[in-house]
Amino acid sequence: MRALVTGLSTYWGGRVAQALEQRPDVEVVVGVDTHDPRTPLERTEFVRTDSSHSILARIVRATQVDTIVHTHLVVDSTRATSRTLHEINVIGTMNLLAAAGAPSSPVRKVVLKSSGLVYGANKADPYFFREDMARTGPANTPVERSLLEVEGFVRDFADDNPHVDVSLLRFANVLGVDIDTPFTAALRRPVVPEILGFDPRLQFVHEDDVVDALMYSINNDIPGVYNVGADGNLPWSEVCAIVGKRRFALPPAFTNLAAEPARLLRLWDLPPEAMQLLRFGRTIDNTRYKHAGFRYSYTTATTIEAFAQALRLAGTIGDSSPSYRYQREVEDFFRHSPAVIRSPE
Amino acid sequence: MADGPERATERALEIAAATHPDLDLTEIDPGIGRELVPLARLPEPAPPEARRSDVDQWGRSEHFRALTRRAFDPIYKHWFRVEWEGFEHLPEEGGALLVANHAGAIPPDAPSIMHGIEKDLGRPVYGLAEHLFRTLPVVGTLWSRSGGVTAHPDNAYRLLHDEERLVLVFPEGTKGTGKLYTDRYRLRRFGRGGFVDIAMRAGVPVIPIAVMGAEETMPILFKSPRLAKMLNIPYFPVTANMLAFGPAGLVAYLPAKFRIRVLPPVYFDVAPNQERYSRSRVMEESERIRRMVQDALYDMLRKRRSVWFG
Repeated sequence: MRALVTGLSTYWGGRVAQALEQRPDVEVVVGVDTHDPRTPLERTEFVRTDSSHSILARIVRATQVDTIVHTHLVVDSTRATSRTLHEINVIGTMNLLAAAGAPSSPVRKVVLKSSGLVYGANKADPYFFREDMARTGPANTPVERSLLEVEGFVRDFADDNPHVDVSLLRFANVLGVDIDTPFTAALRRPVVPEILGFDPRLQFVHEDDVVDALMYSINNDIPGVYNVGADGNLPWSEVCAIVGKRRFALPPAFTNLAAEPARLLRLWDLPPEAMQLLRFGRTIDNTRYKHAGFRYSYTTATTIEAFAQALRLAGTIGDSSPSYRYQREVEDFFRHSPAVIRSPE
Repeated sequence: MADGPERATERALEIAAATHPDLDLTEIDPGIGRELVPLARLPEPAPPEARRSDVDQWGRSEHFRALTRRAFDPIYKHWFRVEWEGFEHLPEEGGALLVANHAGAIPPDAPSIMHGIEKDLGRPVYGLAEHLFRTLPVVGTLWSRSGGVTAHPDNAYRLLHDEERLVLVFPEGTKGTGKLYTDRYRLRRFGRGGFVDIAMRAGVPVIPIAVMGAEETMPILFKSPRLAKMLNIPYFPVTANMLAFGPAGLVAYLPAKFRIRVLPPVYFDVAPNQERYSRSRVMEESERIRRMVQDALYDMLRKRRSVWFG
């Protein structure tokens, strides 16, 4: 297998590349991103691109990769303006699929990391979203709109290229100490917001399960759309109780306005789509991916418990993850210098 | 660190040589343990589930339900004095869709039916209702904890088919509860027959239930469409209770006598899990069930001597 990973500098891209490097049958791992990688990598070749992946077609032609893992979809709208969001998600995916679908393209598999955000969170929602269900309310936020647009491209691409296995994974909210999402950030604060009188059912997925789920699609030929979320759901009040945080009630009306001071004080930065979740919650049905053979290591409750334990550990010993700085000369030396003796066998 | 596994293997070989002198251990490479050390970080085992509440994935809490049952039981027994007929038609196992008429500005028929079945049959009932509840702060959460579920076809299907539950639905919806006192016991349209479609899909029978008494507990005298629109609710009623008791009339029910008649189950002779069912068949069955409930109500009203004493 020759694999290309987008978003190499994101947490997901880095972890997927690490996992790919472990596999002896993966000959080449190419990673692209706009920033330097933040995870130590053994043999992944890093190429700096612009955010919309415009040189991807050239990279695919030159490297003859057969598998593309697209982890670079922004699902956290606090990270990017709606303009960059559009650039990265919509234009980036368009270029990526164009590169993958070019005539005589060697690509046979595309795995994408999308989000449960495409379902939204509305009052008329079913309690468990299956992959074939549409959202019940309009997509009002830029991130939701861009993800819907991306999924539309992916559907068209899969229709036009039946010889390519396209797996689209929609993830529930991710919890883990290593990953920064609006929810993990809020749960690190001493007080956590809630909407007065609402206690929605929320579902999470553990960061390790996310990587395992992506790897499972890479390792197996299971084209299709899959929800990935841990079993079960918990009320928000209980999530906060397990993590051991006090809740601060925001008014049920003008909620986003009332949350603005906290946003300005950088206490919590919960975007409107996260606020909708705190009102109505969302659970996605994970049975289809389980039927495809995937096994979760965590349930929603144990995901939260593991997060709480890791937070307590980090609170005592500090941030334990060693800091890594990418230096091109060093990485190039180890990969390409004739002085380095590679592959001992 | 590097020679750790090798040392361990050597040590294991020494022990093996001492305890099993008959084994030939010379062939074993002392470096064998090296492969056992994974390169990536060790995955941490998932901690055990440590729940802090008993809220299930539908949002129900048995603890909270026990509390509400205890609070509602005296009202059920002494205020509404609920009496059942045809209770034996309720199945002791398997899914079934209970379909009842709906009345009263804030309808007391749902809790009465649910409470009676849970108390005497010992099976939980899932009450489907308008998603309006989900948008109400506090009320919506309590409603959900006490067993309310949004009336979405997929929710009903999951409960009936996958979990084989008893599910209670009021096909008239707010058209039933929002009707004036002068229209009492005249059933409204049963939606678009969606409930028949779901029962067919899930392969469960429909059990029609006629409720007498709910109409008189909170009769609507007038409605204000303008206020309803302003508050974004289906109807804004002015009830007899409000005129009599003021604001307390919002929660004070009149003590009408309740009679609940369970009719024989209606089975549909169709294969479950079909892509779609004949629209005309669905509408026909829906109308037939509406007729059954309506006729049962007329029959019960004929026998009723007093609104308050039955």
